[in-house]
Amino acid sequence: MEKTVTLQDSGAIDTQTLDINIGPQHPSTHGVFRMNMKLDGETVVSLKPVMGYLHRNHEQIAENMFYLGSMPYTDRLDYFNSMTNNFVYALTVEKLAQIEVPERADYIRVIMSELTRLVNHVSVTGFLLNDLGAFFTPVLYAFRERERILDIFEEVSGARMMCNYFRFGGVKYDLSGEALVAIKDVVSRFPKFLDEYEKLLTKNEILCMRCQNVGILSPELAISASITGPMLRASGVNYDIRKVDNYSIYDRFKFRVPLGKVGDVYDRYYVRILEMRESLKILEQALKEIPAGEIMAKKMAPFVKAPRNFKPPLGESYARVEAPKGELGIYIVSDGTPQPWRYHVRAPSFINLTILEDLCVGHKVADAVVILGSVDIVLGEVDR
Amino acid sequence: MKAEDIRAKLEKNVPSAKIKVVRDSLLVENPADLHNVVLALKSDSDLRLDYLSSLTASDFVDYLETVYHLYSIDKRIGPVVLRVRVKRDNPKIPSLVAIYRGAEFQEREAYDTYGITYEGHPDLRRIFMWEGFEGFPMRKDYEQEDSETLDKDDIEWLDRNGVKVPDEMRQKALNPPAPAEDKPATPPAS
Amino acid sequence: MGLTQNATVVDDGLKSELSKKGIVVTTMNELYNWGRRSSIWPMQFGLACCAIEMIATACARYDIARFGAELFRASPRQSDLMIVAGTVTKKMTPQVVRLYNQMAEPKYLITMGACSIAGGPFIDGYNVLRGIDRFIPVDVHLPGCPPRPEALLYGLMELQKKIDSQVIEKTEWYQKGLTREFPIPELGPRGLVPKFNPEVWQPREVDHRKERYGQPIVIRRKAKAPDLDAAPAPPRPAAAKPQPTQPPKPTV
Repeated sequence: MEKTVTLQDSGAIDTQTLDINIGPQHPSTHGVFRMNMKLDGETVVSLKPVMGYLHRNHEQIAENMFYLGSMPYTDRLDYFNSMTNNFVYALTVEKLAQIEVPERADYIRVIMSELTRLVNHVSVTGFLLNDLGAFFTPVLYAFRERERILDIFEEVSGARMMCNYFRFGGVKYDLSGEALVAIKDVVSRFPKFLDEYEKLLTKNEILCMRCQNVGILSPELAISASITGPMLRASGVNYDIRKVDNYSIYDRFKFRVPLGKVGDVYDRYYVRILEMRESLKILEQALKEIPAGEIMAKKMAPFVKAPRNFKPPLGESYARVEAPKGELGIYIVSDGTPQPWRYHVRAPSFINLTILEDLCVGHKVADAVVILGSVDIVLGEVDR
Repeated sequence: MKAEDIRAKLEKNVPSAKIKVVRDSLLVENPADLHNVVLALKSDSDLRLDYLSSLTASDFVDYLETVYHLYSIDKRIGPVVLRVRVKRDNPKIPSLVAIYRGAEFQEREAYDTYGITYEGHPDLRRIFMWEGFEGFPMRKDYEQEDSETLDKDDIEWLDRNGVKVPDEMRQKALNPPAPAEDKPATPPAS
Repeated sequence: MGLTQNATVVDDGLKSELSKKGIVVTTMNELYNWGRRSSIWPMQFGLACCAIEMIATACARYDIARFGAELFRASPRQSDLMIVAGTVTKKMTPQVVRLYNQMAEPKYLITMGACSIAGGPFIDGYNVLRGIDRFIPVDVHLPGCPPRPEALLYGLMELQKKIDSQVIEKTEWYQKGLTREFPIPELGPRGLVPKFNPEVWQPREVDHRKERYGQPIVIRRKAKAPDLDAAPAPPRPAAAKPQPTQPPKPTV
């Protein structure tokens, strides 16, 4: 980094702005994201995000694919949270074709998406600390817990990451007794891990100094910029789609929506920790209440063996869920053929990036990296 | 609130706008009215649609469409679906960035993939594809390139960079065979 | 490249006989390769989903450090191995090729996952490169979507075998005048220019996709657009969810 410096008589240094480029190959951009920054000294003057380095045409492929064929592709949107991605796609098509889901399947779905939330939040905190300079150790802790949950996913769906588990009208496999025991085991162990994690982090002085009052997002801007998820709630806006839409069976569970006060990086970190605790509450209730019964809607029985024959009626539908990163929505226009006419994903991490510049301007470069870490993006979803 | 009720409300508040109910959604027939309609919906005391959830374009061959899903965080209602239709050649729709910041990237995405120009957008550039990319790849008539055969441009580029090109490839690229009679594409065996 | 044993290997019987007496006999070549294969420094370079499995491989459970490859370097100048973990899009290709060019010899490349091998599930996309081997040579192909961490470890072991089979005097990067730099493609109006580097990769004689689907790119052209205006409105409002009719029954 070179720049011209002229010493003036007063002793003040006259500086010029400097353009730097971070990414697309950079360890702190969480993938292939790129930021073009203008710096004054070390302070960010402007920041232009550049994306598209992982634009792999999910929408185009889905429009040429039979409906169920897109289910595994949704796994690869936000590859940390394949279950919630499956969830929203299943919900959208169920809304389109008016399929009722059996109760047990609903419970399994909720259990899986809350486990996913644990996976995501624990990993993102690990990566956030990685960005703060705590190189890799927090990630090791986070991934230890993540592996435990991935074992459950593997048990129920057959795959660690890309579960492809949900079907229109239910789920693919029933939850076995062993899987339930394993989930209960994880749920009973997890609070202990969270306590340990929090003991190391929450009141850690370095974390507090680096995160508090950095990248403050005001609630007005957050709402206007369509920010969703933990980021919105960290700014103090009480909006959780699980509560608002009551999709699936979320109205049966008692849980609270953690809110932040300031809207800085620290709040975003802490809201995620609290959300994990709330997810555990939901999991406990769901595991207690899960009924026996069918896992697949009767209406969908003919399409289990021949999914290519599935043709939803002419129409459109938009469904959304509270994915761990925010509001994940899918919009489908069906023309009555086996392929959708239009398929669009409303990706939370893509839209949450809108205000990245507003958050970073005025902070140092090192803080910009941390702010990006707290936005919690996954490039598979940003670029789709 | 039903789409019909909202339409009645809008007729009162924005008398100039022509609005049709299509299924559950409101079709703003003249794109120029969109701004006023959205402002009216946002400031309406019953609706207060302060949150633009999703903005997406789609291609209906005869026309291009942009669909807006609006919600209210305050009143917890929604979605109110707005749609705007424009002609395929020279499609122009007013931008909503001034009202909802969240439209910024989504409009850029729709511009990139469908080529709809959002007038008044502060920075309307391609977002996923690179500058210099031609065509709008999500449109239904977009022809994807064949990535198995080299073109004339490729041969020129390879020659410039000193890469050896096999003779048959060069012949094929410089004298492309006449396009074979179009056989209807067969769908994959299910 | 065949995984043949070195020509200069000391007779195995003699070697084990001596090692019982506490004498280690080796060749310069073996020692050199042992050193190289036990300290492969991969590049910290993730593209997509597979990168997460790559991180999982580096974490405690799978622990890539057991194979000496735990030191993920962020700079291509310091790394020996590039793991192309994820879909390579056309927009990203110039960067990937440039990064490979920037790596110092000896350099190796593992393509991790179906996408980087041949486009994988995203092969039909307009912005997806059908395999990074169109521009740079690949040492180990690692199929899977995504490959499990065990698979990555296996791929690394295969690479170690390959390193073991190399002979110092004959290795490419010690030959005079040889630079393994590959021209960086440019972003053109419809895709990459050129579409592939014929010195590195050439299309197969038979296009299996064309045989199976009748066209190299699966795009379904629909004759008619749906007329949403004519479609009947859905019977229930979009936002509402059916309420549970009865309280849930707990089970064991």
